[in-house]
Amino acid sequence: MAAINWFKFSSPHSFYPLAGRMMPWFLAASLLLSIVGLYVAFFVAPTDFQQGESYRIIFIHVPAAWMSMFIYLVMAGWAGAGLVFNTRLSGMMARALAPTGAMFTFLALWTGALWGKPTWGTWWVWDARLTSELILLFLYIGFLSLTAAIEDERRADRAGAVLALVGVVNIPIIYFSVVWWNTLHQGASVSLKSAPKMATTMLIGMLLMALAFWMYSIAAALLRVRSIIREREPRAAAEV
Amino acid sequence: MKPRHKRFIAIAAALLALGGAVALVLNAFQSNLVFFFSPSQIASKEAPVGRSFRLGGLVQNGSVAREKDGVTVRFAVTDTAHTIQVVYRGILPDLFSEGKGVVAQGKLEPDGVFRAEQVLAKHDENYMPPEAAAALEKAHGGKKQ
Repeated sequence: MAAINWFKFSSPHSFYPLAGRMMPWFLAASLLLSIVGLYVAFFVAPTDFQQGESYRIIFIHVPAAWMSMFIYLVMAGWAGAGLVFNTRLSGMMARALAPTGAMFTFLALWTGALWGKPTWGTWWVWDARLTSELILLFLYIGFLSLTAAIEDERRADRAGAVLALVGVVNIPIIYFSVVWWNTLHQGASVSLKSAPKMATTMLIGMLLMALAFWMYSIAAALLRVRSIIREREPRAAAEV
Repeated sequence: MKPRHKRFIAIAAALLALGGAVALVLNAFQSNLVFFFSPSQIASKEAPVGRSFRLGGLVQNGSVAREKDGVTVRFAVTDTAHTIQVVYRGILPDLFSEGKGVVAQGKLEPDGVFRAEQVLAKHDENYMPPEAAAALEKAHGGKKQ
């Protein structure tokens, strides 16, 4: 098998049809995984010994929070690649990912508030975890506004890339906030270093939902990057 | 060196410098980022005096007592080394119970009693079905956690 020339796909011209071919598969996978994941979440996973049924929001909350951080890292990765290699597609990918990341950040904050009221007794507290996640939402909104405010698309990409890279420092702060400081938010139930601190069926439901969110994010980013290519380089999209 | 290598090094250096600066700032603000103080920290006079702050720890077993008016609750918050008495008027969250985590906001009175204005339950990161929790308790020889 011949080696794939990855740089070929860094041009919008060749990425446009590839994205179009891949998008439906990711969308279908995301639909399938969410149906199975939600079924496990609502009908298979047991009731929690402390929180009863209200813990079930974990199946949306945790995958959304994971995605909010991971999409930011990927977005910053594309932004950095755009600055280094000066490729047009990188900036487009960063801008295609940002709205999905912002949506998941909002979802994590919102479901967290809904969960916090019955368990902690409050919708919101200014602890390090909640505050740093709110800053992440502002970073996404800042990136979206900044890139939208600059008329010249290539300059907008570069300005956004600098903002995205600077904001990367917030990601480890969110992730380790519960370790570094006293917070109301509990520590991680699932981490690479120790065995998961939850029942297996609960964990499976959560991982299925996380996978579904992954697939959805990829599908949404591919769809959006195709619109951006069509808008900015109509010829790259038309010649196929 | 190709221009893109130069750009890469410049960006990496800038990010490193930024990361270092943020680490220093966070280190300097360490004490202000603390959401709550433990009874031991209060015992060693680290908590602010005369101003509202949060106290966090476990509700001591057998310490919860309700007064006759029905809304005033007294309990003790412990971190196993030190214990602080708390008095609170209001509704407790559902997950509030003896032996579980709690964060109370309020002031330390001169007599050493913490007068709470708000009590929040802090739950842990363990999720399991009730049967598993009961089995665990049994395995621990029936002793209360």
